[in-house]
Amino acid sequence: MKLRMLVMLCALILALGAGHAGAQDLQVGFVYVSPIGDAGWSYAHDQGRLFIDKMNGVTTAYVEAVPEGPDSERVMLNMARKNYDLIFATSFGYMDPMLKVAKKFPKITFMHCSGFKKAENMGNYFGRMYQARYLSGIVAGAMTKTNILGYAAAFPIPEVIRGINAFTLGAQSVNPDVQVRVVWTKTWYDPATEKEAAKSLLDVGADVIAQHQDSPGPQEAAQEKGVYSIGYNTDMSAFAPKSHLCAPVWNWGPFYAQIVEAVQKGTWESKAYWYGLENGIVDLSPMSDMVPAEVQTKVMTSKEKIKSGSMQVFTGPIRDQAGEEKIAAGKSASDETLLGMNWFVQGVIGTTQ
Amino acid sequence: MLSIRAYKRQEPLQWRSCLVFLGAVLLSLAISALLLQVHGKPALHGLRILFAGAFGSLWAIEDCLIKAIPIFLCSLGVAIAFRLQVWNIGAEGQFALGAIGATGVALAFPDLPGYGLLPLMAAAAFLLGGLWGLIPALLKLRMQANEIIVTLMMNYIAILILDYLVYGRWKDPQSFGFPMTPEFGPGAIVGKIGSTNLNWGLVVCLVTGVVVWVFFRFTRLGFEFRAAGENIRASRYAGLPYQRLVCLAMVLSGALAGWAGLLEASATINRLQPSIMVGYGYTAIVVAWLARLNPLTIGLASFLLAALRVGVENLQLDLQVPAAFGGIMEGLILLTVLAGGFFMEYGLKLRRTA
Repeated sequence: MKLRMLVMLCALILALGAGHAGAQDLQVGFVYVSPIGDAGWSYAHDQGRLFIDKMNGVTTAYVEAVPEGPDSERVMLNMARKNYDLIFATSFGYMDPMLKVAKKFPKITFMHCSGFKKAENMGNYFGRMYQARYLSGIVAGAMTKTNILGYAAAFPIPEVIRGINAFTLGAQSVNPDVQVRVVWTKTWYDPATEKEAAKSLLDVGADVIAQHQDSPGPQEAAQEKGVYSIGYNTDMSAFAPKSHLCAPVWNWGPFYAQIVEAVQKGTWESKAYWYGLENGIVDLSPMSDMVPAEVQTKVMTSKEKIKSGSMQVFTGPIRDQAGEEKIAAGKSASDETLLGMNWFVQGVIGTTQ
Repeated sequence: MLSIRAYKRQEPLQWRSCLVFLGAVLLSLAISALLLQVHGKPALHGLRILFAGAFGSLWAIEDCLIKAIPIFLCSLGVAIAFRLQVWNIGAEGQFALGAIGATGVALAFPDLPGYGLLPLMAAAAFLLGGLWGLIPALLKLRMQANEIIVTLMMNYIAILILDYLVYGRWKDPQSFGFPMTPEFGPGAIVGKIGSTNLNWGLVVCLVTGVVVWVFFRFTRLGFEFRAAGENIRASRYAGLPYQRLVCLAMVLSGALAGWAGLLEASATINRLQPSIMVGYGYTAIVVAWLARLNPLTIGLASFLLAALRVGVENLQLDLQVPAAFGGIMEGLILLTVLAGGFFMEYGLKLRRTA
C-alpha cells in the first residue's frame, strides 16, 4: 500500500516537472501609471494581465502608480535585473526610460504602449480607439436634442485629439448640425476635477457627455443632471446606469496573449502593433436599452464596415476648424497623420492648446 | 495603585534621542508588518524584500542615492525658510521654475560645451527658483500676505507655465505632438560619476549641505537667521534686519529647489516634460520636519525616505501589495517619529498613589 502511494507520488512529481518544462517559462512584468482600482486605463490593462496569467508557463507581476520619468526607469530596471522575460509599460511617458533599459538588456523583450520609439528588442503597441470613438459618436449624435455634445478630455496630445475628432465625425454622420464642446482637465485620473469639467459642459447646454478620462466622474455628473453619457476604458454603466449609453472599451487580453505566444515561440518581432476593431483590442461596450433599435443597427453596420476595412474613419474631405482642407476628398489619413494629429475637425468647439 | 505621569525633562536627551528615533521607526515597521500579515502577505519576508530592494545590492543603494538628490535639495531649501519661521510651501513651484530656467538656457545654446553651459544653466535655475521664492517674501513683507497661501498658489502658476512651454513653444517638433522639449545636447547634461550610475548632482548635494551647515553654525548671518527664527520681536529689538533676512531665506530656499529641478531635467530625463513634477516639493516639507531642520539629518532623512520608496517598489513587484502601502508606511513613520518628539522633551514616571 505504502509502496503504491510512493510510486504515485513519484509519478505525480514527474508529471508536474514535465508540465513545467513543456512550455517555455515566461515571467512577464507590467508597469502601470495609476492604481489598478481606477476602473479605467490601468484596470483595463490589468484585466489583460490576468488573462495571460492563466496561460501555461506564464507568471505575471505588476507595479502600479509609477510616475513617468526616472521612477519608471528604476522600476523597469528592477524587473530586468530579476530576469523578467517580457515587460509591458503602459503609459506614454515610459517610452524614453524603457528605451534606455532596453538597450542595457538586449535579451529581454520590451513592449511600450502608446508611444512611437522602437529598438531591436523593443516594440510599441496601441489600439485604434478612434474607431470605437467614431461608433460612440454615432450614438451621441443620434441621442442629443440640443445638438451640443460635451467632451471632458485629459491632455491635448494626438491620441486624445484623434479620439475627439473621430467622435465628432461619427456624430456628424447622423446629425450634421451637431457641435462638440471640449474641456481640458489636464488630468488622467482625478474624479473631482473631471466631474467639475463635465458640469461646466452641462452648463453650456451639452446633453450628452463623453470623456477621455480614467475616472467615472463625468458619468456621475451626467446622471445627476439627468442627461446621457458615454464612458471610456471599461463599461462604466455601473457608475451611472440611468445615463450611460455605451463606452469605447479596451480589451487587452487577447493581444497580450498573442505577444506572449510570439515571445515563447521566438517569433516576436520589433514593430509598431496598431490594431483596431478587427482584432478586438478595442470595442464598443453593449449599448443601453435607451438607444433606439434603428440607431443600434446603424452603429453595428458601421462597425462591420470598419472591421472589414471597407470604411476608414478619417476619409476626406475633412476640414479643420478654420475651414482648411486637411484630408482631401476620397483620401484616407495615413497612420503618420493620425499619430501626429494636433488639429480639430470642423464642428469641435475648443482649442488644441 | 500605579499611575503614569509625564514630567518635563530638565536636560536634553543628547545621544539617547537617537534611541527615540530608532524606536519610532521600529514601531512603524512593526505596524507595517502587521498590516502585511492582515493583508495575507508574509510579514517578515515582506520586510526582508523591502530592505533588499533598498539596500540589498550596490545598484539598489545607487538608486536610493539618485532618488534622494532632488528630495534633499528641496528639503534643505525649505528648512532654511522654516528656520526663520517663514513657511515656504512653494518648493514644488520653485523646482518647476528652476527646471524651466535650466531648460531655457539648454535650448538657447545647444552647441555650448558643458563647462560653459552647465554654469549658465545653474545660474538660470538659481535666478528663476530664487525669484519664485522672492515674490511671496515681498508680498509678505509689503502686503502682509500670508506666505503659506501665496507660495502654495504660486505652485499652480509655475506648473501652468511649465505646461504652457512644453505644450507650446518648446515642444519637440519630432515628438508627434506629445508635450516634451527636444532632448538636451551633450553639453547640457549633468554627467555620471565614473562608471557608476550616480550623477554629479550628488556632489552638489554634499557641497550645499556642508555649506548650509557651516553657514548656520559658524557665520554671523547664520546666527542672525537662527536668532530671528527663535523670536521675531526680540530680534527686531536687537536691530536685526528681519526683512532682509526673510528675502534672503526665500531666495536661497527657492534657488535650492530650482537646482533640484535643474538636476531632474538635466541628469535624469535629459529634457523637460510635465511628468518631471512628482511632488518632491511637498515631500521636502515632510523630510525637513522629520529631520528637525538640521542639514545633516536632512541628508539622512532624504536618503531613508528615498530608500523606503525604492524598497516599496520591490515589495510591490515581489508580493503584489498595492501602491498605497508605501504611502501608508510613510505616514506611519512620520506619525511615530513626530509622536516620539514628545519623549525628547518629556519623561515618564511611574507613581504609586494611595
